[in-house]
Amino acid sequence: MCASAALPRFAKSLRPGGERQHHSSILSKIELRKHLAAVRLRTDRLVLFAPVGHALARRGRAPLAVLAGQELVLRERGSITREVLEQAMAAADIQPGAIVEVQTREGVREAVAVHVADDHRRPAAEAQRPDGRWMELGGSGIFRPEVTAPFGLKAPVLAWGLGLAFGFPGGAQWRTAMLNLPVFPDNSAQGFYDRLLASKPSPDTGKPDPKVMAAFLAEHPETAKAMKIIGQSPPSPGFADSTFRSLNTFYFVSESGTRTPVRWSLMPVTPPAPRNSSGPNALFDALVRQIRSGPLQWTLMLTVGAPSDPLDDATVPWPADRRAIDAGTLILTSIETEHPGNARDINFDPLVLPPGIERSDDPLLSPRSAVYAASYRVRAREPKSPPAVNVDEVAM
Amino acid sequence: MSTEIEGTSATASTPHKFTAPSRIFHWLTAILIFAALFIGFTMVNWLAGYAALRVIHMSIGALILLVVILRIVNRARHHPPAWPPTIGRLEGKAVIWSERALYALLLAQPLVGWAMVSASGTPVRVFGVLRLPPIAPSNIDVFSVLREAHSILAYLLVAVVAAHVSAVLAHSIVLSDGMLRRMTFHIGRRERSKI
Repeated sequence: MCASAALPRFAKSLRPGGERQHHSSILSKIELRKHLAAVRLRTDRLVLFAPVGHALARRGRAPLAVLAGQELVLRERGSITREVLEQAMAAADIQPGAIVEVQTREGVREAVAVHVADDHRRPAAEAQRPDGRWMELGGSGIFRPEVTAPFGLKAPVLAWGLGLAFGFPGGAQWRTAMLNLPVFPDNSAQGFYDRLLASKPSPDTGKPDPKVMAAFLAEHPETAKAMKIIGQSPPSPGFADSTFRSLNTFYFVSESGTRTPVRWSLMPVTPPAPRNSSGPNALFDALVRQIRSGPLQWTLMLTVGAPSDPLDDATVPWPADRRAIDAGTLILTSIETEHPGNARDINFDPLVLPPGIERSDDPLLSPRSAVYAASYRVRAREPKSPPAVNVDEVAM
Repeated sequence: MSTEIEGTSATASTPHKFTAPSRIFHWLTAILIFAALFIGFTMVNWLAGYAALRVIHMSIGALILLVVILRIVNRARHHPPAWPPTIGRLEGKAVIWSERALYALLLAQPLVGWAMVSASGTPVRVFGVLRLPPIAPSNIDVFSVLREAHSILAYLLVAVVAAHVSAVLAHSIVLSDGMLRRMTFHIGRRERSKI
């Protein structure tokens, strides 16, 4: 049985007069070529596990349809794995039998192992990493508490992104994928790679090995410093009131050829929306409701670097007193569920730049472009998963 | 464009040469194709070099398309010189078809690359300044087909070019029939006296 979920990292998009969305697992839409999309980080297989002796236990793979009428042990509502499974089953019109809810992944496995209810008939669903270890499908981001805790961070760190594609007369485009972080945790592709390896859950504890993490931090002091800064600026309560930053530096080039180092950011004008629910879709639901009641606005600020500012290190913030230019207002007036042709299908390559904006020597830019291209190629050829958030299903 | 065939005055044992423009087109194409293939395979495996190489790769691709179109026109106007007698009937067929395959691949590959970038919705810019119009609809499924095709065509090109080079070298070295000299330029006159 296979299912997939998008776990975007830099994600979503919007565009002036267009729409947008956010955070893990998607959403959105936007009219053709105005853009919003998720960047798929990884796809996990959904795995069924069953007690030895269960009819399904000997099968290597099984179509989703085997779950029709099956009694299932599942996580509580709010589990992304459960949500993905239920969505996939609903999309295929498959009705499960009774569902036994158990909190925590360990609980689910325990329940199957001891045949919790009365018999051996209940398999359970979990996601399996490509390396074969069990792992929950959702929330597997690099900012999970077990990843951030070794950095000494107490505040929850949540990263979400905003992807924008601006079209210009004559066909030029400016694409940007921004994050709601003050700085990026790494300043090189190698650092990023090393951090992912160091964050890998140990098979024994299911959590990153503290010794490996400590060794990584000793080797990458820039990441330790950046994580401290990130921990000091907890995320805003909602998508619409988040500040999104380019993080990398670019050059803005004048007609006479003068190159000025710039970092840009979108400062929210829209006040935080009340959050009416606390479910896994709370942020999305609030966003959908908010945009229905009025346009969302951000101010595009261009921060000009001084000669002493690092142009090639995204882990280092520029001093707060740098000259900042108000370059305009981004207004989002509508929102759409992702579907073919809208933001879902855009690669927010940070190096799609119009004449007048050029890349700097920041060593993250070329790898970002390369990795996004490789990811886009894979994304283009896999079966498309149903949208994780359906705008029309969000109640007023 | 000159139409005389160089080498017509040589002895019977010296194979006829291609016209000078044909030879220029041939070597120009060879250099561009080797560069495009090498850069293409390198850039998708080199994170730090990807961005810069992609720009160069696309510019070379545009150049190849232009050169190949001119070359096809040239090929239609100038029949190549006769083969050396060492090429038999069966091999002759292989030569004809490999030439056609090469031309088809040389034409298709840059077009697929151009269409693939178009389908991704990304502006197609070459040589840093020239923006080419999109030649495919902006559609992720179309992109996927073209993207995979671009890789397959690259491997086919490598295979056909390798066969082409191997055949010429086998003829020139093993059979000593001067096959390669049909396409070379001689700086001095002595080369012609090769036995």
